Amino acid sequence: MTPSRAVRRPPRGAVAWKFLVPLALFAVLVAFLGIGLTRDPKNLPSPLIDKPAPAFSLATLAAPERVMTPADMRGKVWLLNVWASWCAACRIEHPLMVELAKSGVVPIVGFNFKDDPQAARRWLGELGDPYVVSVTDRDGRVGIEYGVYGAPETFLVDRDGVIRFKQVGPITPEVLRDRILPLVRQLQG
Amino acid sequence: MAVALVTSLWMSLALADTATPAAEDPVLEARVAAIAAELRCLVCQNQSLADSHADLAIDLKNQVRQMLRDGRDEAEIKDWMTARYGDFVLYKPPVRRTTWLLWAGPFVLLAAGGVWLARAVRRRRVLLATQDAGRGDAALDAVDAARVAALLGETAGAATPPSDVR
Repeated sequence: MTPSRAVRRPPRGAVAWKFLVPLALFAVLVAFLGIGLTRDPKNLPSPLIDKPAPAFSLATLAAPERVMTPADMRGKVWLLNVWASWCAACRIEHPLMVELAKSGVVPIVGFNFKDDPQAARRWLGELGDPYVVSVTDRDGRVGIEYGVYGAPETFLVDRDGVIRFKQVGPITPEVLRDRILPLVRQLQG
Repeated sequence: MAVALVTSLWMSLALADTATPAAEDPVLEARVAAIAAELRCLVCQNQSLADSHADLAIDLKNQVRQMLRDGRDEAEIKDWMTARYGDFVLYKPPVRRTTWLLWAGPFVLLAAGGVWLARAVRRRRVLLATQDAGRGDAALDAVDAARVAALLGETAGAATPPSDVR
């Protein structure tokens, strides 16, 4: 064997390492896809976090001649819970809302989204009414202002009327205990 | 009484009419469709607003139509949408710090692949050149040279008629 050839041939260790490169790349790909699987594609970051809650002036469900606006809640930390009688997931979430309302920790404003007021009133009569007040957004215009794309959705609004947290989908006991209640206490404190 | 009934009926018909897409203006509809094709339906995430018949998609298309009627342009409408639904609503995400990798990634990979390919080709060319050089020069030792001569002689002997050898 000529010396020039001996130099060209890489040492054994280097050859083995080279074959590991595709495997390593594959492992990285699997890791990324694996992380992707654990994330909920329905859960989108809201651009409204840390922005003032969009103003609205909507008729209340109990008394359509009365109007409620977010300004009415100034000075309070409150939840805006988007619900509808046609929304199956709202039914799942509802007992937790009732329980939270009973605890009196934080007032919940109901946002009745694209619903028939009569059906909505029946729904509350059947399952209990946890809301200090419910407003009706029949055509969904205000819902769009809030970036609502699937009920239930819940916004946590601070004393200055700024949205601090948003939950898309039903609030679970875990989310309530680990995210919402600590934040409520912090904002109230 | 009858007049009131007819009037209310007519009113409800008129209201129903505003809710349906205004097909009478094809230019406006084409613009709505073009913008809706670049916006994502939030409910059915792999469809554009233009393709979707979800309730929210229809509402948002009506919103786009209304904004166009009000004289707002495409950029304003997209800003309006992202202010409410985030960048996710855009099929073409904007270039900024968080999306830089997304935009540049494929080109970086392409460039890296090109560099790797160029180096591999050059290395191979150098390797072949040295092998050719090795064959051409006096690197053959005496034993190899003798074998080559013998083999060449054999072939030559087999290929040529015997009369010529003598």
